[in-house]
Amino acid sequence: MAIELGSVRYRYAGSASSVLGPIDLRVEPGRVVGVAGANESGKSTLCLVAAGLAPGVIGGRLEGSVRIDGVDAATLRPHELAQRCGLLFQHASTQLSHTTATVFEEVAFGPCNLGLPVAEVVTRVWWALRTAGIEPLASRDPARLSGGQGQLVALASVLALRPRYLILDEPTSELDPAGTQLVAEALERIVRETGAGILLVEHKTDVLARIADEVVVLDHGAVVLSGSAAAVLADPRLAELGVEPPAGVRLERAVRASGLEWSAELEEAVE
Amino acid sequence: MTAPGSTAAGSIAPAPSVEFEGVSFAYPDGTRALEEVSLRIEPGESVAVIGQNGSGKSTLVRHLNGLLRPTAGRVLLEGRDIRREHVAGLAERVGLAFQNPDRQLFAGRVSAEVAFGPRNLGIRGQQLEERVVAALEAVGLGGEAASNPYDLGYSRRKLLALASVLAMRTPILVLDEPTTGQDARGVVRVRAVVERAVGEGRTVIAISHDMSFVAECFRRVVVMRAGRVVVDGGPEVVFGEAAWPELRAAHLEPPRAAVAGARLGLGSTPTDAALVAALVAAGRGRG
Repeated sequence: MAIELGSVRYRYAGSASSVLGPIDLRVEPGRVVGVAGANESGKSTLCLVAAGLAPGVIGGRLEGSVRIDGVDAATLRPHELAQRCGLLFQHASTQLSHTTATVFEEVAFGPCNLGLPVAEVVTRVWWALRTAGIEPLASRDPARLSGGQGQLVALASVLALRPRYLILDEPTSELDPAGTQLVAEALERIVRETGAGILLVEHKTDVLARIADEVVVLDHGAVVLSGSAAAVLADPRLAELGVEPPAGVRLERAVRASGLEWSAELEEAVE
Repeated sequence: MTAPGSTAAGSIAPAPSVEFEGVSFAYPDGTRALEEVSLRIEPGESVAVIGQNGSGKSTLVRHLNGLLRPTAGRVLLEGRDIRREHVAGLAERVGLAFQNPDRQLFAGRVSAEVAFGPRNLGIRGQQLEERVVAALEAVGLGGEAASNPYDLGYSRRKLLALASVLAMRTPILVLDEPTTGQDARGVVRVRAVVERAVGEGRTVIAISHDMSFVAECFRRVVVMRAGRVVVDGGPEVVFGEAAWPELRAAHLEPPRAAVAGARLGLGSTPTDAALVAALVAAGRGRG
């Protein structure tokens, strides 16, 4: 069981060259795989491919294989895909339906479309709102939320589908530090309680340092670094690849660069 | 007063101050976004506005270019009440880059997008051309003048929106979450834009969730919570240990360097550089 990408290359319709690839990647249930990389290095495209939406829904040309729990993603229909792989787009306004009057209805939109019994929908919606930490927003108008609140509603609407895998494209980009922490905690809880596997694109390497088991770094569409989160996030090539190292790593470098010793005392103070 | 057409770097008219006097604002659905905010920003100040999502930061700055008008209280630019000003007049003095660039971009060509604002100020020909080139260079989009804005990725559209505001050469620059969605290189660009604008004596006001950007690039930090200003001071005050309870109540975390400095008993060290300096001053950390 896993999302498996084997020798994947992908290009959008009308584009002459591949924007993605070669990529070999495996996301197992219960694991968090972080994805970092400069802007336009292919991270969002990777999300679309791993979720089975590219080329399935948006066209383009794929080489290699994308398999979700052993099934070729190209053979799955949209509602089947949605229950296996929940995709959170980078911008909440892309995700939200713009047809609902309250946050509750917005989060219920997905499960209702699966034809689930009403009681089940209600249970799922409250669980998703609680997990995303936005129960108090349930009766608000989704069109009148702040950027960060909208992002949490979009996350809840994906969670309500209870997918086995979550593919999250910068879920904290518009969030304040507490909101970022809330999402990090929610993701840890989801992995622990539901055993979901998560592919997490994130510029905030502090978040990856905290919750990712492995990290891959993309450059011009290809995987250029991969390994345990701790090893990749301390790699000296990170900054050249357009990725800001975590705060602790930056601080250690600033201290060493000024000729000071990085003592155990300092290490502990930065934890 | 410098004529709007004069374009040499640094020829910006004396920057006005911004003043909020007991400003309250409620949206039509009844959501109260600002509660009696009073804030005075002097010419040439660099001010970061931080706070939880939904705390009123964007609502606050949208008063500065007339997009919103206060429900109660007054907003003054150079001592003049903005209620008496036309949006076009405000646009010459306040440049606002939105959080979401797609609310701002509309032209079919990058260069036309950037030229739109200054053209509406009456600038033409060589001077207009110079402004467009300089603004695009400042954000690292010099090679994209002929591109369609929507062929650029989100982060570069956001830099384009910033360039189109820079091209207005307004004495007041307002940036709503300028580093959001930028990678490490983009953040370096945005920092350079802010530092240069401050160096030119402009007033820069930025909303941000990026605490190291805030601590390193701004001289003053305003913390908002539930529509009110709850802390206001330099980074060493706002990120100092005494202010942490207020920061945390506002759903914020002090930068890592500030936490480490406090744990080591080194006082307030909001930036990596401040922490290193404090270690050196205390004679600690030598091998």
